[in-house]
Amino acid sequence: MKSMNTAINSVPVRLLSELKAGYAFLERNVNLTRRYIGWEICFLVYSMVSAFSIGLIGKTMGAGDEQAVLYLIIGALMWNFLANIFNEIAHTISWERWEGTLEYTFMAPVHRLTHLMGVTWFAILYGLVRTLLVLFAATWFFGLNLEGANIPGALVVLACACFPMLGLGLVVAVLPLMSAEKGSQAAHIILGLILLISGVYYPISALPAWLQPFGYISPVTYTLNGVRSALLEGTPTVQLLSLSGALVLSGLVLIPVGYFIFLQGEKYAKRHGLLKRSG
Amino acid sequence: MSALRGRGGTAVVEAPTCRRSEQNPIIARERKMHAIEVSGISKEFFKWESANKKKDVNGEADGARKSWFARKLPHRTKVTALEDVSFHVKPGEIFGLLGPNGSGKSTLIRILSTLLIPDAGEVRILGRDVVKDIYEVQRLINRVSVDAAFFKKLSAHENLIYAARLYGVPSNKVQALAKEILGKIAFDLDRYLDPLEDFSRGMQQKVAIARALLTSPIVLLLDEPTTGLDPKSKREVQAFLLDVRKENDATIILTTHDMDEADRLCDRIGIIDKGKIIALDTSEGLKSMVLDDLNGGAKDKKITDITLEDVFLHLTGGILKNEEAE
Ligand SMILES: Nc1ncnc2c1ncn2[C@@H]1O[C@H](COP(=O)(O)OP(=O)(O)O)[C@@H](O)[C@H]1O
Ligand SMILES: [Mg+2]
Repeated sequence: MKSMNTAINSVPVRLLSELKAGYAFLERNVNLTRRYIGWEICFLVYSMVSAFSIGLIGKTMGAGDEQAVLYLIIGALMWNFLANIFNEIAHTISWERWEGTLEYTFMAPVHRLTHLMGVTWFAILYGLVRTLLVLFAATWFFGLNLEGANIPGALVVLACACFPMLGLGLVVAVLPLMSAEKGSQAAHIILGLILLISGVYYPISALPAWLQPFGYISPVTYTLNGVRSALLEGTPTVQLLSLSGALVLSGLVLIPVGYFIFLQGEKYAKRHGLLKRSG
Repeated sequence: MSALRGRGGTAVVEAPTCRRSEQNPIIARERKMHAIEVSGISKEFFKWESANKKKDVNGEADGARKSWFARKLPHRTKVTALEDVSFHVKPGEIFGLLGPNGSGKSTLIRILSTLLIPDAGEVRILGRDVVKDIYEVQRLINRVSVDAAFFKKLSAHENLIYAARLYGVPSNKVQALAKEILGKIAFDLDRYLDPLEDFSRGMQQKVAIARALLTSPIVLLLDEPTTGLDPKSKREVQAFLLDVRKENDATIILTTHDMDEADRLCDRIGIIDKGKIIALDTSEGLKSMVLDDLNGGAKDKKITDITLEDVFLHLTGGILKNEEAE
């Protein structure tokens, strides 16, 4: 029996089949996005309109200061991107529970890491496409001028920000595994709190003093700071590297922690019969 | 059906290529042992009951003697889904599991499918432990559940290709394979690219059967696969399952409420009630056992003919045949 096991588990074979399986999740989510295109358009329009409104607030309050508009638009765009990544991962379990496919996915001979990575790749792709569409719309709507902005620098910060966001999403993804409805609700609340404390539309100094420390530990705060300093002040990329590194580092802590918690949650769910569709 | 096992000697599922028992000494040896060994499995669930609900038939309220006030509060109820269940299934066998609603059939199937961890006991599939060797077990099995669980808006093809990729079935073979299987169970192939939500329950169930067979499972777990199918579809699926067993060498566990189906398909039948296996034999064996029981050992056998349904009702505390007769 040993020799058969090693044949099945020979590293390259296993790795290749895991890669293919990872692609299955990406392809599945792309197909789902296509099939639910009506909702996609609906949410996209909502994102655009909310970015426009926020920009318009800057236009009136900032007394025509283009920097103020840009400051807020960046907030809207970044939040769009990061919240999308977070949501895709955090709600992947709730989604499958709702569809009724959760048991089939958990029954398949696929490493949980492959499963979650597949979903993650889609999340990044999806977040990127949606954010770019909102960016184009906002550029057209406000006639934004990005002269002097360090766009590659902003992209570097953004890429690095994916790591902690994935980690946070993973930590939260376990909740719907434990409790069908409450988990999903908790994920929404957590995302709302991250929005509140992370200085997306205002510097965290605007928060009540007791909330500010939370702002300082949120990776989103640093992402926003980095992207803003690249786009508004044209800070050169080299000067953004330490901040980007810190983001990656926080991700490298959060992702394994999130994954570990997820595996524990999966075991708990299998002990207590929580993978079942109803109840 | 050859396609289901892969053409030209290469199995469809890449990894366990050693499925061809004749050629592989390891498998040949394994085949002599049991395909499925269930030993002493128990499983309990805890349910939150809202106030004032009567306790489950086989559940025991935690605080039967609690005060009026405590009983009004939501409380946890224990449900014993399985209690010390043991049985073996031979390679190539179709093993039936009959039992009233809530008797623990699906719980047992879920434990075999690695979706539930039992509280006690051990399950081995071709010698591999369902809790410890999850990945290897998962490669060997597939399951069809009562509820056809699909991405509702995705087409049959999109659902099947997703499932196939997870099991490492080459994507370029999925369509041909799926159509071959679906064709055999009289699925209208023109609907192959339509979203699942537009399908009738019977059609969804057929896609679910194709999804399971696509991965050439060695052990097939069927949880009421024909519930909700019309008589004609039922027949087609039954014939197909016999075919699968013969040509794929698969071992099958089947739960059903259709006694004729069990009689027709199953080599042996286990009757499960309130989480316990209360009888296990061939259909004929069960019948003669119950006949003896009903005739009370009397020489002049009053009752000579009996159906599996009579057996089932007799053993699970339903109506008794001799009561009917009198
Ligand atoms: N995931 C679960 N959580 C709580 N109770 C469950 C769960 N699954 C099954 N049960 C309970 O266990 C018992 C057996 O259920 P089940 O195995 O579904 O029976 P069957 O399939 O024979 O109808 C029932 O009382 C059911 O309510
Ligand atoms: Mg059931």
